[in-house]
Amino acid sequence: MIDVLVIGGGNAALCAALMAREAGASVLLLEAAPRAWRGGNSQHTRNLRCMHDAPQDVLVEAYPEEEFWQDLLKVTGGATDEKLARLAIRASGTCRPWMRRHGVRFQPSLAGTLHLSRTNAFFMGGGKALVNAYFRSAENLGVQVRYDAPVDRLDLQDGRFVAACVGAERIEAKTCVLACGGFESNREWMREAWGQNERGEWPADNFLIRGTRFNQGTLLKFLMGQGADIIGDPSQSHCVAIDARAPLYDGGIVTRVDAVSLGVMVNREGLRFYDEGEDFWPKRYAIWGRLVALQPGQIGYCIIDSKAVGRFMPPVFPGVRADSLPELARAMALPQQPFLKTLADFNAACRVGHFDHTVLDDCHTEGLAPVKSHWARPIDTAPFYGYALRPGVTFTYLGLKTNEHAAVHFGGRPSENLFVAGEMMAGNVLGKGYTAGVGMSIGTAFGRIAGTSAAAAARKKGVQHAAA
Amino acid sequence: MQQLDALARDAIALANGALPLTANEAEAARQLQICNACRYCEGFCAVFPAMTRRLEFGKADLHYLANLCHNCGACLHACQYAPPHEFAVAFPQAMAKVRGETYQHYAWPAAFGALYRRNGTVVALALAAALALFLVLATRMAGSAFGQPLAGNFYAVFPHNFLATVFGLVFAFAIVSLAIGVRRFWRDISPAADLPRGQEPLLAAARGPAAAEATHKAAALSYLGGGHGDGCTNEDDRYSLARRRFHHLTFYGFLLCLAATCVATLYHYVLRWQAPYPVTSLPVVLGTLGGLGLLAGPAGLLWLGHRRHPLQGDAAQRPMDRAFISLLLLTSATGLALLAWRDTAAMGAWLAVHLGVVLALFLTLPYGKFAHGVFRSAALFKHALEKRLPSRLQLGAD
Repeated sequence: MIDVLVIGGGNAALCAALMAREAGASVLLLEAAPRAWRGGNSQHTRNLRCMHDAPQDVLVEAYPEEEFWQDLLKVTGGATDEKLARLAIRASGTCRPWMRRHGVRFQPSLAGTLHLSRTNAFFMGGGKALVNAYFRSAENLGVQVRYDAPVDRLDLQDGRFVAACVGAERIEAKTCVLACGGFESNREWMREAWGQNERGEWPADNFLIRGTRFNQGTLLKFLMGQGADIIGDPSQSHCVAIDARAPLYDGGIVTRVDAVSLGVMVNREGLRFYDEGEDFWPKRYAIWGRLVALQPGQIGYCIIDSKAVGRFMPPVFPGVRADSLPELARAMALPQQPFLKTLADFNAACRVGHFDHTVLDDCHTEGLAPVKSHWARPIDTAPFYGYALRPGVTFTYLGLKTNEHAAVHFGGRPSENLFVAGEMMAGNVLGKGYTAGVGMSIGTAFGRIAGTSAAAAARKKGVQHAAA
Repeated sequence: MQQLDALARDAIALANGALPLTANEAEAARQLQICNACRYCEGFCAVFPAMTRRLEFGKADLHYLANLCHNCGACLHACQYAPPHEFAVAFPQAMAKVRGETYQHYAWPAAFGALYRRNGTVVALALAAALALFLVLATRMAGSAFGQPLAGNFYAVFPHNFLATVFGLVFAFAIVSLAIGVRRFWRDISPAADLPRGQEPLLAAARGPAAAEATHKAAALSYLGGGHGDGCTNEDDRYSLARRRFHHLTFYGFLLCLAATCVATLYHYVLRWQAPYPVTSLPVVLGTLGGLGLLAGPAGLLWLGHRRHPLQGDAAQRPMDRAFISLLLLTSATGLALLAWRDTAAMGAWLAVHLGVVLALFLTLPYGKFAHGVFRSAALFKHALEKRLPSRLQLGAD
């Protein structure tokens, strides 16, 4: 019998498989996707948020534990577990030599991401290169890997893992690590989670999924049915506003539009709805998915003029271009009168000082609701550009409650041989909000913990069997 | 809508006397737009940092970036948008296809650019013709001496001045032709062409260090290291330094052979020492070492090329790649055979065969795979210059 069965094929699953194998356990990893699509959402990631007390290879200055914790506290509004959060934060400071040993390579922060050079270590080649490196290392170490192996259900006895079922096949193992993601790819569950709004709309029908199509939440739902302890709100997720032309799944990073703080955002009715210049874009990009989700039709329109061109990361789809604002309204099918009034009011309210996109500058609006606090400049220089944006879900936060050993809990009691890692438990640390790279910090920390716990539990079980 | 925009752009470009993008160029531009929004591969090589200095990709940019690409393949396997993703990004392949067009487009004389298209056939024909020529000449010139042991005296078969004239002229033509081609390429991509006012002193100051950097990058094949030094990919996502090492053996083997010829020329004209030179003499030692490198290197490159992932490169250019590498391999194999049997009756035949292969190599030098080194070096120089100039973009440092 296999010692450790790992269900999932992304970063957390691979970390668990590698740690368990290094601890001497026999490991089988089941990836639901075919080989070409392996790696779950990890294939779309680009970095890991890392604490460090002094400059390290690709990381400048220092990012102490306390600052990381405060950042996390701020974005989650307190919806976090300090003990588990600090565990992940501390692990982020020490995991990289281990990652390197398994073939992961790092690079300095990318052009246009200078703001992350202190806090985030970028993977050379991105998350797919990381996933490839881990799979190579796992195979070299003798981890068995099976693709196209989605697990439908588990065989549990009193909170103990006995076997996993892939279709008609039943796979027994001494212990199991669950690391198969959230449920964001499951359209029906998303629809149910977001429900119907006061306008009679089903908002989730208009969401796009930035990551893998394989995160159907099958085992999450199964474990909910089995009485596993659950954490988080099903409507919470890492959700950003992305180009409405993005594919339904796997659009990844390129579909983001980083022009919001340089212009205005209006809704389908041509009205502004939130302060576009509240804070630096990297600190605000993760709130706009939800903001757009609350607008009619779950769509927003980012409007900029030619002054903004060249000041933001080029998006994958070119903006709709027009030589005048009325023409832009027509091209984007926005109601012309309210749209032009919104823009005219905004332009008139702008108090332009010294525009500087690298600081919280003094360009703001006066007497306008909602205000634009920074980088407010009249949108008056043709050509004008518009980008239609929709909520783009990266991953959901509903997950399994866990502890510092990554154990799955049933009725408040930790399972002795069922563990969880990655997005399936990220909600323990991340009840809401997001800050760049933290998903990978949690996945790496808890993946490694889960692998270690599972290997230890398998050994203990082996001893028990021998004694019997 | 995007197609309409593209059509409009083409129309404007045409009106301004510029050529519209070819299908391969347009495809490379499409993929670059995706890459520029992602940038995950920035650490692998020079292409992606060069890309981030641009928001749009015109003809000259595309040819510059395509020739900066060393086809290491790292980005293909790391790409979240590679097939089966609907964005279908196969960046090494897109770059390779544009490179093929670069060689054709800038070939001199222009009509000879067509020789790239059926390069395998061209090289085979050149080889057959050159071999036939030398075998016929050998029997004519050497007369009854052909087929006799001549104690390694090549000039008893072909007079020295005849060889010097034929190879000198062909080699000189190859150099001139490549030089004109790369000069035309440089005129299109030179940073001086659209330098913002006031940056002339910056550019002037950058030339020396940029030339040194480009020379180093080319000589060390830095960009076959994958950015992390683990090497490039070939049939799958594993990294290996094999390609860089085989290329080094090939390139430095070629240079050693060239050095052997130069030293021998000095011996002949300056010191008045007549060939054959002893096995321990400098020309023979250089030639032997070079020849061994030029055996192992091309053999390894052929093997790697045979196993390479289909999306890493342009299948249509395989005959060109293989023809050139095979000629190099034949050059060293026949040269070493000539050395081994130079004291036997077979010397005349081996000499004719070796010279035939070398002539075919020199004849096709400006119209085959060899051109990649010249255009690559120019692109490396451009990159080394460009990165010393301030970027024109102000992508949010926030």
